[in-house]
Amino acid sequence: MAFDYEKYIRPGKLPHIWCPGCGHGIVMKGMIRAMDTLGLEKNNTAIVSGIGCASRLPGYIDCCTLHTAHGRAAAFATGVKLAKPEMTVILVGGDGDGTAIGGNHFIHACRRNIDMTYIIMNNYIYGMTGGQFSPTTPHMHKASTTPYGNPDPSFDIAKLAIGAGATFVARGTAFHANQIDKLIVEAIQHKGFSVVEILDDCPTTYGRRNKFKSVIEMMNRLKEVAVPVKAAEKMTPEQLAGKVLTGILYKEDKPEYCSEYQKVIERAGGAAR
Amino acid sequence: MGKKVAFLQGNEAAAHGALYAGCNFFAGYPITPSTEVAEVLSAELPKIGGKFIQMEDEIGAMAALLGGALAGSKALTSTSGPGLSLKQELIGYGCIAEIPCVIYNVMRGGPSTGMPTGPSQSDVMCAKWGTHGDHPAICLVPASVQETYEETIRAFNLSEKYRTPVMVMPDEIVAHMRERIVFPEPGEIEIIPRKAPTVPPEQYKPYDTSFGDVPPLAAFGSEYRFHVTGLNKMQDGFPTTKASVVQEEEERQVRKVEGNVDDIVKFEEYLLDDAEIVVVAFGSTSRSARYAVNEARKEGIKAGMFRIITYWPFPEKQLLALAKRGVKAFITPEMNLGMTHGLVKGCTEGKAPVLGIFRVDGEPINPGQILDKMKEVK
Repeated sequence: MAFDYEKYIRPGKLPHIWCPGCGHGIVMKGMIRAMDTLGLEKNNTAIVSGIGCASRLPGYIDCCTLHTAHGRAAAFATGVKLAKPEMTVILVGGDGDGTAIGGNHFIHACRRNIDMTYIIMNNYIYGMTGGQFSPTTPHMHKASTTPYGNPDPSFDIAKLAIGAGATFVARGTAFHANQIDKLIVEAIQHKGFSVVEILDDCPTTYGRRNKFKSVIEMMNRLKEVAVPVKAAEKMTPEQLAGKVLTGILYKEDKPEYCSEYQKVIERAGGAAR
Repeated sequence: MGKKVAFLQGNEAAAHGALYAGCNFFAGYPITPSTEVAEVLSAELPKIGGKFIQMEDEIGAMAALLGGALAGSKALTSTSGPGLSLKQELIGYGCIAEIPCVIYNVMRGGPSTGMPTGPSQSDVMCAKWGTHGDHPAICLVPASVQETYEETIRAFNLSEKYRTPVMVMPDEIVAHMRERIVFPEPGEIEIIPRKAPTVPPEQYKPYDTSFGDVPPLAAFGSEYRFHVTGLNKMQDGFPTTKASVVQEEEERQVRKVEGNVDDIVKFEEYLLDDAEIVVVAFGSTSRSARYAVNEARKEGIKAGMFRIITYWPFPEKQLLALAKRGVKAFITPEMNLGMTHGLVKGCTEGKAPVLGIFRVDGEPINPGQILDKMKEVK
């Protein structure tokens, strides 16, 4: 029997705003499958986003949903989670929202190791505003504000998350749709701040400027560059050049923020909530 | 047994006032001269199972505050001028999404880093116009430690009653001076709870105006689930660009405050019955003004003071009534370059001259300056 996505979709809120060929819908479906696998209760689940194409996702999901301001999803979500630690809190957004204007909140959410899951759809571009370069736009690639090629180096979101202290970091792609929900399930189950980066594509504002002839070509690129971490162990540095590791990249057990704050309450002699 | 008495600083009083009001969530970022609020609450909130978080920056603190409030908390942040500037985008978010919370801002000099941390009264325009777009604004300006305590409680009450962010803005002198404070008994001051929804969850709309201009607000993690956005929205919380809906919703958000000025506007009239010269003052400056009025009376000058306690909405109606009654002049002493002066001129419709005394050098306005200005009035 086909999977019933409508279980978690808000009635009457589709169609979504995403362009044909955009991978955000694939990620949303993966997220819904993960929510179903975990049996997440709608009333006890908050989906929080910032601004951008990916950040429109919460509006389609039938949970407590919070579409915040540009870059601020992690900080709003931190407030929700700290106030109600019993809630499952999932953040969604794009690369510009999460690692440029929201970069400070992102690294500090990682550092606190607060038990939330951040799904970052990385399409290397500011799509909603028409294709300006983001912190993940590759060097020398074209964007509407880098007509001569991008002079900036780019962020590796997963490395950034690991360096900042996130205790679960995974990466998938919009091509590898069946892996997305599995990564998200493990991320939500992990006690601590978990980051799932999904390499995604924006045919409309990134693809056409960077000589991709079709969405299929962009999808094929995702397929070709992705190397599962297990497979990578057997490969030489030469073989890994230009590749991107996928799967669970990092996992560590460390004290979680809300649990640590509960200890503060106990040390202060306060009543447990 | 008498009431509990203490010798407290304005900032400490604000923290204790917040606790009296039921504050159980604080998010902030360190900034002088407001940090004592955070320090007190970092110690006191865990004792009652409340939450304190020091965020990575000012706007992050504002975001966490709104998140905590949406999850049902009564939430406070504290900051000062530069921090108030940094919070502005999300103060607007709190206004449009209609999330109750309290922002305690101690006024120091500006713009930018200014002269840390001399006293100032120059954030009053920022309190209303700092965030872009039309929005409601409530701002309270206490003049004593006792009043800082009580106005912080009132700020929580107003934020819940009108479902909007409310600011409490003492100047640095009020925030850091120490005075005797008498604590109210539990239950002595009314605490207004958040208006909770009464409809079944499937019928709940977070901006349902069939309950009036202030719709009930449910909490995340309760039996109600709903959508919140910073976009212009419909009554069900989802974004819209429909002209008539956007117009009506924006007007309602402003109307819920502007339509209730008599409930929100608070002021003190001091020796105004026969006053020919009216000093319009607030915060620590009103203390100098009171002294100056007393001195003037000894010299036979019929002076009085109109003390602003609610700065926004501005007490336009009361000042116009005074102007119409007939006064020789208004005097506006303030630690900025004429912010209140312009407002008083505007609302008194030219019926009396408005003389300003402006200081931005980090020094308080002293009674002598005000008395000298009174003597200039013909």
